[in-house]
Amino acid sequence: MRYRATFFAVASALALAAAAPAIAQGVSVKIGVLNDRSGVYADISGVGSEWAAKKAVEDFGAAAKGIKVEILAADHLNKPDVGANIARQWIDVDKVDAIVDVPTSSVALAVNALVREKNKVHLNSGAATSDLTGKACSPNTVHWTYDTWALANGTGNAIVKEGGKTWFFLTADYAFGHALERDTSAVVEKSGGKVVGKVRVPFPGTDFSSFLLQAQASGAKVIGLANAGGDTINSIKQAGEFGITQAGQTLAGLLIFITDVHALGLKSAQGLVFTSPWYWDQDENSRAFSKAYFNDLKRMPGYTVAGVYSSVIHYLKAIEALKDASDGAKVVAKMKELPTEDKLMGKGTIRVDGRHIHDMFLYEVKKPDESKYAWDYYKLRSKIPAAEAWRPLDQGGCELAKK
Amino acid sequence: MFEICIPFVKCIPSQALFAQLLLGLINGAFYAILSLGLAVIFGMLNVINFAHGAQYMMGAFIAWMLLKWAGINFWLALIVAPVIVGMIAVLIEKIFLKRLYDYDHLYGLLVTFGLALIIEGLFRKQFGSSGQPYDNPLPGGTNLGFMFLPTYRAFAVVASLVVCIATWLVIEKTKLGSYLRAATENQTLVRAFGIDVPRMMTLTYAFGAALAGFAGVLAAPIQNVNPLMGSYLIVVVFAVVVIGGMGSIMGSIVTGFALGLIEGLTKVFYPQASNAVIFIIMAIVLLARPAGLFGQTK
Repeated sequence: MRYRATFFAVASALALAAAAPAIAQGVSVKIGVLNDRSGVYADISGVGSEWAAKKAVEDFGAAAKGIKVEILAADHLNKPDVGANIARQWIDVDKVDAIVDVPTSSVALAVNALVREKNKVHLNSGAATSDLTGKACSPNTVHWTYDTWALANGTGNAIVKEGGKTWFFLTADYAFGHALERDTSAVVEKSGGKVVGKVRVPFPGTDFSSFLLQAQASGAKVIGLANAGGDTINSIKQAGEFGITQAGQTLAGLLIFITDVHALGLKSAQGLVFTSPWYWDQDENSRAFSKAYFNDLKRMPGYTVAGVYSSVIHYLKAIEALKDASDGAKVVAKMKELPTEDKLMGKGTIRVDGRHIHDMFLYEVKKPDESKYAWDYYKLRSKIPAAEAWRPLDQGGCELAKK
Repeated sequence: MFEICIPFVKCIPSQALFAQLLLGLINGAFYAILSLGLAVIFGMLNVINFAHGAQYMMGAFIAWMLLKWAGINFWLALIVAPVIVGMIAVLIEKIFLKRLYDYDHLYGLLVTFGLALIIEGLFRKQFGSSGQPYDNPLPGGTNLGFMFLPTYRAFAVVASLVVCIATWLVIEKTKLGSYLRAATENQTLVRAFGIDVPRMMTLTYAFGAALAGFAGVLAAPIQNVNPLMGSYLIVVVFAVVVIGGMGSIMGSIVTGFALGLIEGLTKVFYPQASNAVIFIIMAIVLLARPAGLFGQTK
């Protein structure tokens, strides 16, 4: 018996040795997951996105297809200079081929310019600014999951249609807040609503009561929260406390992540209507993915994490077709040529300006008694078809769209 | 109804102004209680306690843990959580700070700053960065005509005033307080009278930290309980202490409330500057009175 076992061991070792050259002839790619691992966006990106990227490589079966993938990860601290430095080092020294996730709009724009200069690939899932496919668009970038225009369009339209005609904005006083306010105002006015006022709030803040009272005094039917993360959580919590929602004004959360809803609790968050590209409980595949994620990280994934998974799968498809990762623009061109499909975000396409086009969804936060199990937070209000969800190609001011 | 105007900026109805002043007072209550803790610690130990924000955050988190894991409600947590924060502070004092009293202020500052980063990092690792929910124990409120005053906020102001005044009374009017003040002036002499000064210092640090923990519990129902909640606030509170005069008990209380009011007004007239206004005042005060409004130059 023992001899036979040894024989098999030797035989399989030989077989492996024979197979090795085949793998060596394949492609090897390095993917860098660059995001916030310690600050305000750590829960919606951070190690979660790294987990999702690794899962995508595994689910794609990269090794069996002759693609050797290495995943790197780093913390950009939400600072553009730190982000750009890491990206530069990754590309120049570590020979990274693609940089994924990159939340925080200011960092994303810095990395975007750098990746274009170095002709690598930037698959952005985490950042919101619609400028990534507008005036800052690049042949090396795909903006995967969401953007300020789509969020504003979905939520703004739905609320105006339901009678929320007058709006007051509570805006985080920096580039992202301004962009969100601008995009939402445009949607509100286009669909027949009116913006009656706004207040620019220093970022980050802890007490929003004074701004909320100004919003209340304006008499607007809807208070648009053009902010994110802790600012959004505190605004919603304090609006409930000051009886603003009970008195009939509606809150429009323009950028809501599942971790925000979790931090608020359903009692404070109930009834909130918002746009989201993905929800962990939306179908069987998403649930399976999310449960595995939950087992490892003890929280449910947000849509930015799903976007990282989806974008890495599609990137690997393009690499499989090209058998070469060195020319970033060429890889992105291939990605635009192939239709996108994966088990989380379903089918879609990538437009010439780098915008990943897919369905969006309008969700509402459940009441506490409607929630049946842990993290059972959203109910679907409606689907926003891909054709209506995104900014029309000719309105972004992207140079690639003009050719 | 009449309007109140700041020329070239804007006019607002008087009712809105009252509402904003009241809100400013509520925020001032938090500044007061936090800066009081810092002032007590600095006055007695000569330590600039940079861990104060982390201790505030711990107060809020401990209240959340007590509720989630032990079913202990807010009212009990208001007492238990500060005690726990105080006990942790005893350890910090005995292990770290005690060794630094003979050195420059900077060493205490650096140690407490390092500890704050470590504590925040541990909480972030354990509980994530997006925060935890904590329900309002006193929902509802009263319509005052010019604004809706949530019952809980009214309670928070009263609670903080009571704690501030009680602390002031203990330090200024009791025998224990007189020992404390005497030890600040001349430790060796107070020791000669047989008073255990090192223990008094430990307890003072614990008390200052417990005040921060108390403010944290008070903040939990109205703010997102997250590991960074203290670091947002601590910078402002330091400015308050500097304006009031390092170590001045009454100064820190009065300045806390006053700056809350000024910040509240800025939020109406020029919201963009509301984060900066306290620092502008700090710069002016430091130029005119380097020891702070209530501080004494030694």
